[in-house]
Amino acid sequence: MSLAFEVKNLAKHYGNVKALDGVTLEAKEGSIFGLLGPNGAGKTTLVRALSTLLEPDKGSAKVLGIDVIKNPQRVREVIGLAGQFAAVDEYLTGEENLYMVGRLYHLSAKETKQRTKELLERLNLADAAKRQVRTYSGGMRRRLDLGACLVGRPKILFLDEPTTGLDPRTRLDLWEIIRDLVSQGTSILLTTQYLEEADVLADKIAVIDRGKVIAEGTSAKLKAMLGGDVIEIQLESERDRQKAEQAIKGIAKKASSYDEATKTLTIPVGSDGSKSLAEVVRSLDRAKVPIHALALHQPSLDDVFLTLTGAKASEVATDAKPKRKRAA
Amino acid sequence: MPSLKESEPPEMTLTKKLSYEFSDTWAVAKRNLLRYTRLPQLVFFSAIQPIIFLTLFNFVFGGALGKSGAALHGKYINYLLPGIMVQVTLFGGLQTGIGLARDINSGILDRFRSLPMSRAAVLAGRTFADTLRNVVVIAIMLAYGSILGFRFTNGFFPAVGMVLILLLFGYAFSWFSAFIGMAVKDEETAQLAGFVLVFPLVFASAAFVPVQSMATWLQHFANNQPITFAANGARELALGIPSHGAVWKLLAWVVGLLVVFVPLSIWRYKKSV
Ligand SMILES: Nc1ncnc2c1ncn2[C@@H]1O[C@H](COP(=O)(O)OP(=O)(O)OP(=O)(O)O)[C@@H](O)[C@H]1O
Ligand SMILES: [Mg+2]
Repeated sequence: MSLAFEVKNLAKHYGNVKALDGVTLEAKEGSIFGLLGPNGAGKTTLVRALSTLLEPDKGSAKVLGIDVIKNPQRVREVIGLAGQFAAVDEYLTGEENLYMVGRLYHLSAKETKQRTKELLERLNLADAAKRQVRTYSGGMRRRLDLGACLVGRPKILFLDEPTTGLDPRTRLDLWEIIRDLVSQGTSILLTTQYLEEADVLADKIAVIDRGKVIAEGTSAKLKAMLGGDVIEIQLESERDRQKAEQAIKGIAKKASSYDEATKTLTIPVGSDGSKSLAEVVRSLDRAKVPIHALALHQPSLDDVFLTLTGAKASEVATDAKPKRKRAA
Repeated sequence: MPSLKESEPPEMTLTKKLSYEFSDTWAVAKRNLLRYTRLPQLVFFSAIQPIIFLTLFNFVFGGALGKSGAALHGKYINYLLPGIMVQVTLFGGLQTGIGLARDINSGILDRFRSLPMSRAAVLAGRTFADTLRNVVVIAIMLAYGSILGFRFTNGFFPAVGMVLILLLFGYAFSWFSAFIGMAVKDEETAQLAGFVLVFPLVFASAAFVPVQSMATWLQHFANNQPITFAANGARELALGIPSHGAVWKLLAWVVGLLVVFVPLSIWRYKKSV
């Protein structure tokens, strides 16, 4: 199995800010790797290290087996980068921007022209192709930026918050494009603030905070860390409580709990929520317990994120360091 | 999908590598030239600036200096124009650093740095584009100067030589400016740093007035700095006024600036933070 990228013990410090504090991660080729983390966690720093824009203080990084530090120019031949802020020339047209980048990837003039046209259509920018970028909306700019990183048909893409600021329609379009690329064998590293996005797209997710990996795995695994699915039953009447508890005893994976104010019984059922839901309904029916309301809760990645980074969130909020607009 | 191993690098032939150097540089230069065409205000003001300078200096200093005709070797406009052209080409060179600082902040330099392109092309393309801009500015100045009465009096080829040494000086200065721009990383600071440096050097030189009119201590400095060499060298070529080898001294400075600041700027560009 070959790896899309591989970082070992990667560290990068800015003064006493540990942007990366010993990060070790790897991703399979042809997969989507989602990087999650609160603001200032080090996501962009990691992307910049992998795309040869900054040299780490410690540790090693390889992209498709090529050492980023020893052989940056070879790495640049196989990567495409869409940074957190669109990096396109405001005074050039969309078409001119893509053409320039294509030539700089050393495609022939003819191929660049064709690729430019193809991408502008694919990204829904054909109508705006001949307009200067400064007349583009934020989302159009973002799409053009993505186009620029696709011109050279890179084998691996680094997308730093590619869907931030996009409308829902455009975001779905972008997901489609990303999935398409992966089906053609492209590997993708994607950072995002939208947990749903990582949930839907990523084959594997890492959560980082303060330069450290605090959790890693598939989205199912991360959710399981929170104890899995939960069924909530709101009873008609307080009197049925004991009967109900008796009835679901065999289904609950852990001790159930009861909230008197809402007359709600909460039952942890592990990973197979939907199946357990049916069983719960049947048993309660058999026991003749009238039900007011019934709900199945599956922990979202939001829950995972908040739980994992929650303890620190309050501290982070107070140390509002001025953040540089862009590292260079 | 097979992964690329370090052991199978597609060794580039020297000719291929060289052709990439040129095509990358051209792609970047084209971008910068296109920008100029999209910024009519910028073009307008870069044209108007030298015209204003020339008008002001000609009528303000020209009156005062008109009587010391001997030191000026004739009409003041003839003396003045080569000097002002030195100043204007240096201002043109300053644009290189300002533009690069802007590119750093807009993130486009990061895009370039992540591409498999030549490491020198971003700077070479920019300095080349800024030099072409200087060609336009020099043409405007020569045209306007001739309206004010400027005439070449030393023949055609020396006149071309004058334009060339000015462009060369501006080009070398561009590389210096590129280094400053990437070091300060901020447009306004780059602009200020450039002006703080260029203005005193221009005034303490033979660009506008003969050095003999200055205080003795200042004369020592003025006689030995590159802007005086440029102004006097340009006058020798344009008007045949002997300059004690100023042209060669200027060319030595050009070579010196390039030898130091081409590698230094490229190093700065490659260096990441
Ligand atoms: N050039 C720099 N100089 C100083 N500190 C920096 C620099 N670049 C990043 N940092 C710091 O490193 C830390 C990680 O920054 P990074 O940009 O990687 O975070 P992020 O996870 O991308 O955050 P966000 O979600 O806000 O984009 C932050 O505390 C940031 O202030
Ligand atoms: Mg970021």
